[in-house]
Amino acid sequence: MAERGMGLDIAELEMMAKRCRRNIVRMVYGIGAGHPGGSLSAIDMLTGLYGHRLRVDTNDSTWGNRDRFIMSKGHASPGVYSILHERGFLTESDLWTYRKLGGSCQGHVDMKWCPGVDFSAGSLGMGLSFGIGCALAATLDDSDRTAWVMLGDGELQEGQIWEGVMAAVHHEIGNLNVIVDRNGIQNDDFCESQMRMFDVAEKFAAFGWAVMEIDGHDMQQVVNAIDWADQVIDGPACIVMHTIKGKGVSYMENNPKFHGAAPNEEQFNLAMEELS
Amino acid sequence: MSAPSGGGASRDGYGAALLEMVGDDRVVVLEADLGKSTKSCMFRAEKPSHTVSLGIAEQNMMLVAAGMSTSGYIPFASTFAIFSERGFEQVRNGIARPNIVVHLCGSHGGIHTGTDGSSAQSIEDLAIYRTLPNMTVMHPCDDISAKALTLALRHHERPSYMRTARNKVSRAYTEESAAQLRIGKGHIHRTGDDVAIIACGVLLNEALDAAESLSQQGIEATVVDMHTIKPLDTELIVDLAKRCGAIVTAEDHSIIGGLGGAVAECIVSEYPVPVERIGVQDRFGESGGSDELLEMLHMKANDISKAAQRAISRR
Ligand SMILES: Cc1ncc(C[n+]2csc(CCOP(=O)(O)OP(=O)(O)O)c2C)c(N)n1
Ligand SMILES: [Mg+2]
Repeated sequence: MAERGMGLDIAELEMMAKRCRRNIVRMVYGIGAGHPGGSLSAIDMLTGLYGHRLRVDTNDSTWGNRDRFIMSKGHASPGVYSILHERGFLTESDLWTYRKLGGSCQGHVDMKWCPGVDFSAGSLGMGLSFGIGCALAATLDDSDRTAWVMLGDGELQEGQIWEGVMAAVHHEIGNLNVIVDRNGIQNDDFCESQMRMFDVAEKFAAFGWAVMEIDGHDMQQVVNAIDWADQVIDGPACIVMHTIKGKGVSYMENNPKFHGAAPNEEQFNLAMEELS
Repeated sequence: MSAPSGGGASRDGYGAALLEMVGDDRVVVLEADLGKSTKSCMFRAEKPSHTVSLGIAEQNMMLVAAGMSTSGYIPFASTFAIFSERGFEQVRNGIARPNIVVHLCGSHGGIHTGTDGSSAQSIEDLAIYRTLPNMTVMHPCDDISAKALTLALRHHERPSYMRTARNKVSRAYTEESAAQLRIGKGHIHRTGDDVAIIACGVLLNEALDAAESLSQQGIEATVVDMHTIKPLDTELIVDLAKRCGAIVTAEDHSIIGGLGGAVAECIVSEYPVPVERIGVQDRFGESGGSDELLEMLHMKANDISKAAQRAISRR
């Protein structure tokens, strides 16, 4: 029987997140492509989830009673791979297969290729519906396993998200938790210019969700929010985490250019310095 | 290998054509947060007033475009080929069925798009859009021909889907040869009587390379750029069947339902001869370099040559 999380305290979680940040930048630099921005904004929460909460079995990635984590914004795959490495699903050399032929670290997270990945993503807007299915199945099974879904703020523009938002409330799905990475940036530009999202927390609340807003880079707040979401059992819970896209690398921070671009050599060296 | 440095990506041709239409106030451009990738950003930079950002919401974009069309505008809407499929039923019922002129462009089509992996590599778009009545379906091979065909769409009175590709390939056209391009008419790049290679998109180059190596073995091939998959140039295809008696199709798409499927349908009912199809063999792609993937999936020039020999031997 697997344990929840990895038994790490806040300082240890912060150290783990920093190691992940270094690996995210290394992966993207190594192949000269990929998505650093949304990986770096999400990584503190990913660290909180795997380090503090999710019950998974690294000896058996398909263990039926594991908690499910669904990275719906599947381009943030370097973030997922870096934490799966820390958790023990991937070796360090697996990480360097990112975007390469035959590698377990495909461009977008893929459950067929990578142990520990629960959902094949890459097309935005699909993960919440999948998470609802996982949560409903857990209830039918009388299992205490849970489903956690991470969404991008640009991703919220997909209509399917709001179909899922309604369904989760209608079915009072208490074993489902959503995290919105509110970094304010999408592919082409800031959300503000592409499609204004206004108050995301208010939107979820209006549909009947329990909502909590946090600073997604404050590990204590991250851990508290995860514990809070766990306590919400009469319906779905949503954590809107305010984050900085590219967090931790000065020139990537809040810069739409690093949604889907790799650093050059000079920038890479600077990033390694900043993340040391 | 021909150096791609002097080449062009078809998506750049799409952007260049939109840019050339800035003077026409009826032209509107719709985006779904991929303007930098599809190259509609070139139009946006010049004419933001006629560029509509719809966010990451492809289904919505389809009918917004249809609404503008019935109000006198000529909408060019783009996203990745794969994400256009998210709005397929919207296209079917909201655009093709009422025959509303909306020009849809799906960029980053095919496995050639590379390291993004299978979720981004549409290998079924040509097949599905081709099933819709009223739709014109195209897939140009380089930037110059993509530009010419996009410009032709401004006067095209049917809804259309055009697939463009992400990566640069050697150019098969000059401005002069592209001026001869007509929607619905295949373009002959090389003539030979032993076998006909009918290709589209990024595989046209592979087809031309295959024809060169076949020629060294004494086999002369005709090579056609079938940039329009629908309406299909059946007249040319039947002509080639009669003249060469063996056909190979080549496309960066599933062998099911795309160019190969369309040509096979035409051949079985009009003038049966052996047909070999080069394309993705009923599987999904994966991450990798464009050329690596073409090689792994048996879609390179030497695979086309071998297919030509098989088709000839079956004659
Ligand atoms: C259905 C769909 N449309 C378009 C895309 C292309 N795309 C990839 S990432 C992205 C922007 C995502 O922004 P957001 O959800 O805010 O993610 P984050 O900022 O966390 O990286 C877009 C438009 C896609 N992957 N799926
Ligand atoms: Mg975002």
